Amino acid sequence: MLTKFDVQDGSGIALTGAEAAAEAMRQIEPGVVPVYPITPQTPIIEKFAHYVATGKIKSEMITAESEHSVMSAAIGAAAAGSRAMTATSSVGLALMYEMINIASGMRLPIVMNVANRALSAPINIHCDHSDTMGVRDSGWIQIFCESAQEVYDNTILAVRLAEHQSILLPTVVNQDGFITSHLLEEVEILPDGKVKNFVGEYNYPYSFFAGKNNLTFGPLMLPDKFFETKVQQAEAMETVRKVYKELAVELEKITKREYSEIELFQVDKNTEAVIVTMSSSAGTAKEVARKLSKKGHKVGVIKVRLFRPFPYQELGKVLKNIKNIAVLDRTFSFGSVPPLYSEVIQTLYGAGDSGKKIQSYIFGLGGRDLREKDVKDVYADLFGNKFSTETKYLNLNR
Amino acid sequence: MIMNSNNSKVLPGGLITKGGNSTETKTGAWSARHAEVNQKKCIKCHQCVIYCPEGCIDIEADGKNVKVNADFCKGCMACAVECPVGAISMKSK
Repeated sequence: MLTKFDVQDGSGIALTGAEAAAEAMRQIEPGVVPVYPITPQTPIIEKFAHYVATGKIKSEMITAESEHSVMSAAIGAAAAGSRAMTATSSVGLALMYEMINIASGMRLPIVMNVANRALSAPINIHCDHSDTMGVRDSGWIQIFCESAQEVYDNTILAVRLAEHQSILLPTVVNQDGFITSHLLEEVEILPDGKVKNFVGEYNYPYSFFAGKNNLTFGPLMLPDKFFETKVQQAEAMETVRKVYKELAVELEKITKREYSEIELFQVDKNTEAVIVTMSSSAGTAKEVARKLSKKGHKVGVIKVRLFRPFPYQELGKVLKNIKNIAVLDRTFSFGSVPPLYSEVIQTLYGAGDSGKKIQSYIFGLGGRDLREKDVKDVYADLFGNKFSTETKYLNLNR
Repeated sequence: MIMNSNNSKVLPGGLITKGGNSTETKTGAWSARHAEVNQKKCIKCHQCVIYCPEGCIDIEADGKNVKVNADFCKGCMACAVECPVGAISMKSK
């Protein structure tokens, strides 16, 4: 374990993505952390459990009997007036599904790290995005992180985002299972005080014990009222983009690292072809784009960081000037187009750019590598005018 | 803040900040029929009061007669079935 506690401002240490999440959780020191182990998330809660067991922090850990119970306990804690965080992966997230919707429906700002892993069956412990896409319409804010540093920073930011008084929505911070969660990277850790100061006290306006009145959470709501609560959820979600930007600026003042809904790499008015993708695959795509640009090719990468709510306007503005677009998804939406591709199509249509050349790709299911060669093939397709309405598969053997 | 059909505030997640308001939900509106007591046949045994799952059959001030509160009667017919003298019938609304 390479963690040290009294690190200096801006000093880097070697951490895995999982450890970076645990380090952020240590500094946030949530009141309650219900947990259940599942690969590849387990090192997050292992590391966090170590901090609790050695008395470094006073968070209450609840070792529940399933992920369903984990999310139930987090909901109870958040409603009772305690900051609640947890972590999960894959089928663990799937088992939470009922409570996932209850957390967002009750407007409880729970923050959860997810190390993305393929859903069964067949059983597989490696990365794809089928787990988190299964809850994409559940009213959770979803942030996708490329690196351990992004995981650390965005976990801290997510607490403020979820708890913002105009939002009050639970938030998932995604990292790629094993690829990000288990690989060591240099991560700059803020001093504890700065993180504590940034996140502040948990201030849920309707906590059980906050006022004089009795409160009823999650009551029966019949046709005369239910619809209105859902519209409120939708409106709260719409405010997230603006607040994410504001919080990113505030966090940047202490981290010197810039975050936005989408990240642009080598994208300007001269860019001819871009790859749109999320999480760690953006790193591979950037590396290839960097090498190709040295040879004079005008290629770039757009990384979507905020997936829910989707940054339609931001992305639409950028794509306006780009002729050839590839979208790389790490999951299927069986019977439809893949989720990120679907959002990019919606972005273009919304921006009045429905005639663009765009190609959908699926890669990396169940941890299949995305090689530099695959990314080169994608750019070759874009420049070779090889567009199809069908989704293409990268690094597939058949 | 969104207002519901009763023109009162809907708090996030449907949160209720005041107790004792379950009577505001008129469950009687769910049913097509409600129970009605024929006072002439009624033997004042009060079995219907005990069996009503909604507790919406009240004993009147005289301590004998019973009255169905149609605001909350869901029309389940439990009272009509249990009445030993068949004094309760279901009336369409």
